[in-house]
Amino acid sequence: MSATSTKPLAWIGQGLLYALFALFIGYFSAAPEYRHMAPEMALIKLSFTHHGKRVADCLQRTPEQLAKLPPNMRAPMQCQRERSPVTIEVDVDGHPAYRHVAEPAGLSKDGASAVYQRLPLLAGEHRLAVRLKDDARSGGFDYTRDAVLNLKPGQVLVIDFNAEKGGITLL
Amino acid sequence: MTINSLDAIRNNGLLVFQRIERAFDLPFGSLLNPWRQLGALGFLCFCLVAATGCYLFVAIDTSASEAYRSIDQLSRQQWYFGGVLRSLHRYAADAFIALTLLHLIREFLLGRYGGFRRFSWLTGIPLLWFAYASGIGGFWLNWDRLGQLSAVATSEWLDTLPIFATPLTRNFLSFAAVSDRLFSLLVFVHIGVPLLLIFGLWFHVQRINHAAVFPPRALTLGTCAALLVLALAVPVLSQGEADLASLPGALRFDWFYLFPHALMYASSPGALWLLVAGVTLILFVLPFFPLSAPPSPVARVDADNCNGCRRCFDDCPYAAIAMLPHPAGKPGQQVAAVLTERCASCGICAGSCPSSTPFRNMRTLVSGIDMPQLPVDALRHALLEKLAALACKRKIVVFGCDHGAKLETLAAGDVAYISLLCVGMLPPAFIEYALREGAAGVLVTGCRENGCAFRLGSRWTEQRLLARREPQLRSAVPCEQLCFAWADPGEEAELQSALAAFRRRIAAEPAGRHIHQ
Repeated sequence: MSATSTKPLAWIGQGLLYALFALFIGYFSAAPEYRHMAPEMALIKLSFTHHGKRVADCLQRTPEQLAKLPPNMRAPMQCQRERSPVTIEVDVDGHPAYRHVAEPAGLSKDGASAVYQRLPLLAGEHRLAVRLKDDARSGGFDYTRDAVLNLKPGQVLVIDFNAEKGGITLL
Repeated sequence: MTINSLDAIRNNGLLVFQRIERAFDLPFGSLLNPWRQLGALGFLCFCLVAATGCYLFVAIDTSASEAYRSIDQLSRQQWYFGGVLRSLHRYAADAFIALTLLHLIREFLLGRYGGFRRFSWLTGIPLLWFAYASGIGGFWLNWDRLGQLSAVATSEWLDTLPIFATPLTRNFLSFAAVSDRLFSLLVFVHIGVPLLLIFGLWFHVQRINHAAVFPPRALTLGTCAALLVLALAVPVLSQGEADLASLPGALRFDWFYLFPHALMYASSPGALWLLVAGVTLILFVLPFFPLSAPPSPVARVDADNCNGCRRCFDDCPYAAIAMLPHPAGKPGQQVAAVLTERCASCGICAGSCPSSTPFRNMRTLVSGIDMPQLPVDALRHALLEKLAALACKRKIVVFGCDHGAKLETLAAGDVAYISLLCVGMLPPAFIEYALREGAAGVLVTGCRENGCAFRLGSRWTEQRLLARREPQLRSAVPCEQLCFAWADPGEEAELQSALAAFRRRIAAEPAGRHIHQ
C-alpha cells in the first residue's frame, strides 16, 4: 500500500502505460479516417443574401408634409420598411430539388432574406433550373437561370445571387 | 430519470473506474496514479498547448492565402523544432480534452457534483465549451482540407440558430470569400477563448483549498515525455491546402475535437444542437438533484474554546472556514466561522484544532470547532469504552474513516476500531491518549493519498502524526507503536495484512519501550 512505486517492474509497467496513453492519443488524433460524402458525389451549395423589393412603392412627400417634419428628417420620399420575402426554387433534371420562401430578417422585416442549402447529388451531367422571386407584387419569378452542368466527383458548385451581376450566378 | 437509477448508473460506472484506478496503483503507486490526478494532468496539457502555441503564433502567417503555406513549411522545413512543437501542440490539446472529459466522468461517478461541490461543478461546465471552441478553431488556422471541413461544418451548425444576419457559411463559399480579416479574427478567437478558459479555471478552483494545479514532478515528466515521443514518432502534417471548390476527401480525422462534425453530417445540425444543449442542460441541472445520502450536519464553532489560531482555516480542503473578529476577544483576536454552504462535514477542522486534545481536564470535552454528529468528546468516550472492553494484553486501536477500507473486517479480540467521518478529523493527541490508556499500538488508516474523499484528510493526518504539520503528535510517542495503512474501499485484505504485520511488530517489541508501561 505504498504511495509511490519505485521497483523496476513498476517502472516497466509505468513505461508501458505511458506508451498506451501516447498510442491512444496518437490513434484517435488521426484515425479512423473520415469522409463526410461518398467519393462519387458532388455538392451544390445554394446560398445568397438578398433584400427583396419593398412591399409598397415609395411616396413623394408634398412640401406641406415636409414642412411638418423636423429639419433633419425631411426626406423627400416616404418608404415603408417591409420587404418582400424571397422565393427560391431549384429543379435538378426536371425534378424539384428545393423550394423555400425566405422571410426578410428583422423585427420590421426590413432586412435581407438569407438562404443556405446543401444539395448533394451524384457526379455527372445534370440539368439545373433555378428560379427566384423577390417582389411580392409580381406574378411570376423575377430571375431564372437554366444550365446543363457536368459535375465532377467531389466538385462543389455554388448557386449565388447578385442582382448587379445579372442575378443568379453559378460559381 | 429517478435518483435511484442515477445512483445505479453511478455505482456501476464507479466499480469499473475504481478497478482501473487500482490497476494503475500497482505500477504508479497512489501518489503518482494519473487517474487520481486527472484535473491537474489536464491543466498540465493545457500549459503545454499554451507554451507551444506561442511559437506557432510567431510562425503563422495570418492571411487566408499564406496560412497554409506557413504552417506546412514549418512542419516540413523545420521538422526538428517547429514541426515537433506543432505536433506537441496538437497532441497536448487532444490529451487535454481527453483528460478533462475523464476528470468530469470521474467526479460524476464519485458523486462529486452536489452540495458543497456544486460551485466547482457548475464553473467547470463552461470550460468544456471554451475548450471545444478554442480547440476546433485551431484546426481552421492550418487552412488545410481538415480545417476546411471543420470551418464549413461549424458554420453550418451555427447558422441553424437565427442569430446571424448574414450566414457564416457565406464566409467559406469560395476562396474569394475567405478574407484576411476573417483569418485575423480566427486567430484572435483561438487566443482569446483560452484566456477565458484560464479565467474560468481560476473560478473553478476558487473553493478548493491547496488545489493541486500541477501533477507531481515524476508524472509531469512522464506525461510530457510520452507526448514528445509521440510528436517525434508521428508528426502532425497538413492534409493539402483548403479548396472550397471541391469536397475534402477521406481525412485523417481528430476524433477528440471534431466528432461533433461527424455526428452532424450523420444526423442534422438541429439534432446536434439538441444533443449539445441537452448534455449541457443535464450537466447544469445535475447538482440540483438531491443526492441519495442526506446532507450531514456541518462543523460548529465554539467561540469560547477558539483562540483564532487559523489551523482549521489553513487545513479546510474546501475553503469553508473564514476568520472573523472574536466577539469577546482582545482587539485583533479572531474566531473561526463556518461557511455552511461550503462545508463538506469532513471534520478535518476538528482534527486541526489544538483544543481537540483529549488530555484536557473537562468532564465534557469541548473543542473550538467540532462535528455535531461525532464530537471529540464522543470520540474520547468511545475510545475509552472500546479499550476497556478488550481483555487482552496487547490492545490495538485502529482509527479509520467511513470512506476508506471497511474497518469491520478488522474485528478481533485485541482490536478496538473507530471509524471517523474522515481520518483527517483525528486530533494527533488521541494517539498518545490511546497509548496511555492501555493500547499497545495505534494503526491509522484511511483513503490512499490522492484518493481521500475529502482531498486532504490522509495527507494532513500523516503530516500531523509525523510532526510535519500543526497540531503535531508529540515526539515522546514511540514511532514503533504507530502504524499507517492507507487503503481504499475494496482493499480490506491489504488492510488486514497490514494489521497482522503491525501486530507481529508490537509483539516483538520489548514491553519496556511502550509508552503506557
